Parts: sequence; structure tokens; C-alpha cells
Amino acid sequence: MQLIRCPWCGPREEVEFHYGGQAGVAYPADPAALSDEDWARYVFVRDNPKGRFEERWSHAAGCRRWFTAVRDTATYRFER
Amino acid sequence: MESPVSTETLRPTGALDGWAGRFAELPDSVALLAEPFHAMVDVRTADPAALEGLVGAPLPGPNAWTGGERVTAIRLGPDEWLLTSPFLAPPELEAAARAAGAAALPGARVAVADVSAQRTTVRLRGAHARDVLETGCAIDLHPRSFGAGSAAVTLLGQAGVVLLGLGPSDYRVLVRSSFAAYLAEWLLDAAREFR
Ligand SMILES: [Zn+2]
Repeated sequence: MQLIRCPWCGPREEVEFHYGGQAGVAYPADPAALSDEDWARYVFVRDNPKGRFEERWSHAAGCRRWFTAVRDTATYRFER
Repeated sequence: MESPVSTETLRPTGALDGWAGRFAELPDSVALLAEPFHAMVDVRTADPAALEGLVGAPLPGPNAWTGGERVTAIRLGPDEWLLTSPFLAPPELEAAARAAGAAALPGARVAVADVSAQRTTVRLRGAHARDVLETGCAIDLHPRSFGAGSAAVTLLGQAGVVLLGLGPSDYRVLVRSSFAAYLAEWLLDAAREFR
């Protein structure tokens, strides 16, 4: 159990949150032009760093808002 | 002979009607009460000042509620509040919120939705009220961090709730009607050790 800081509510227990995967994955500018392989890459392939990772989180059991946080995947420590 | 059922003879019922007997078995140190029906209206706006007249106070910031006897405003999110009233009927509260939004500030954008059927209201008070809540709630409920005027949208047991601090050892819990029986059972069970 650890506390995660919601930008709207402050620190809350981690069970109140829902993980949303890598942040900053841009929607393709021209999706129709993508090959099947490129589309699959956009939909399924994500970075998997050991260390600093920008992630989307949702405060699902609180204010229900999405936010971006930076977490160290090795230590689980959140920045800020 | 029974009188015929019509909209005049139908009365609002609460999700915890019928629980008073079991609640009454609790000691005063963990008094549990299903409160009368509260009208509830969800408001989303970037112009919360438009609703100050209706609430009778500035709309609250994070983890807080404001207001008085007539209308209470609870902060749900950065642009979202829950207005509640035990006195106004849901259509009256909804209309009042719409009118306040339209009248107070020119160009104010206020989205209003009646959500009165979504939640029911439970009051928990007594010397051990905080002890009971702390067995299933991760919020720091010590009076120095959660007192009168505090509010949190959080989990109590496995149920999502809106928890309001009313005073020392005095709390109001707003719970979704479909979770109300679960939460009532959970509270009765949690209160057992404090009898
Ligand atoms: Zn939040």
C-alpha cells in the first residue's frame, strides 16, 4: 500500500486509483495511412523502462479525473 | 378497503427504509441513522461563483463542503460539485441551480443534472464513530486533518462514498443506493467491537 498524490485531491491510498499505461502516446495524424503493422504498434506496443516512466493515472474512486504522473518502475516512487 | 395507488398516494422511499430497528440496537457511542431524503444535483462549471447565492457561501475547494441548512455544496472534482438539500424537491433544486447559473454571471456556463436517485444518506455519530470509520477508510480522520467542513470522495469498506465531517465524532455518509444495504451491514459489523 502506498499513497499517490492526485493533483486535485492530494495524497490518497493507491486502491482509489486506476492505472492507464504510458502517457503521451500520440494518436496517429493520418490513421488511414497506417499499415496494419504500424497500427498494431500504435495500439499495443509501449515502452517498458526500468526507472523513470511517464504514466496516465485515474483517480477512479475519488474525483474520477485523469492525470499524468512520473513513477520509477523499479522503486514505485512517484516524483512530486 | 385499501385506497387506490396514484401519484398522490405514492411517497418517496429510501434505500435504507426498514433498517431503523437494527440501527437502534447500536449504543449511543456509534449511533447510526438513515437520514430523510436529500435532493441532490450534480453541477459542473468553470464559474462556481455563480452558485454562491444559492449555497449561501463560496463553493468549497478540495476535500471540503460548504453551505448551510438549506443547500450544501460538496466538491467532487476540480470543476464539479454536488448540491444537496433536505428541504427542496429535486426539480426545485435543479431549477434553482440552473437559474443561479444563468442569472448570476453573464455567460456563465453551468451544467446541471438531477442525481437525487443516485445516493442515499447515512448519519454516523458518537464517541466511537471515528473508530468505526477508521476500520475501513484510508483517509486520515483525525480531527486536525478531517473536521467539520471536511469532505472526501473515497472508499469505505468496498463501497465508494462521499464522506462529510459535520463536527466532532459526527459524520454524514453519502452512498450509492445499490451499495446502501452492503454499507449498512458493513457499518453494523464494524460497530460490533465498540458496543
Ligand atoms: Zn482526485
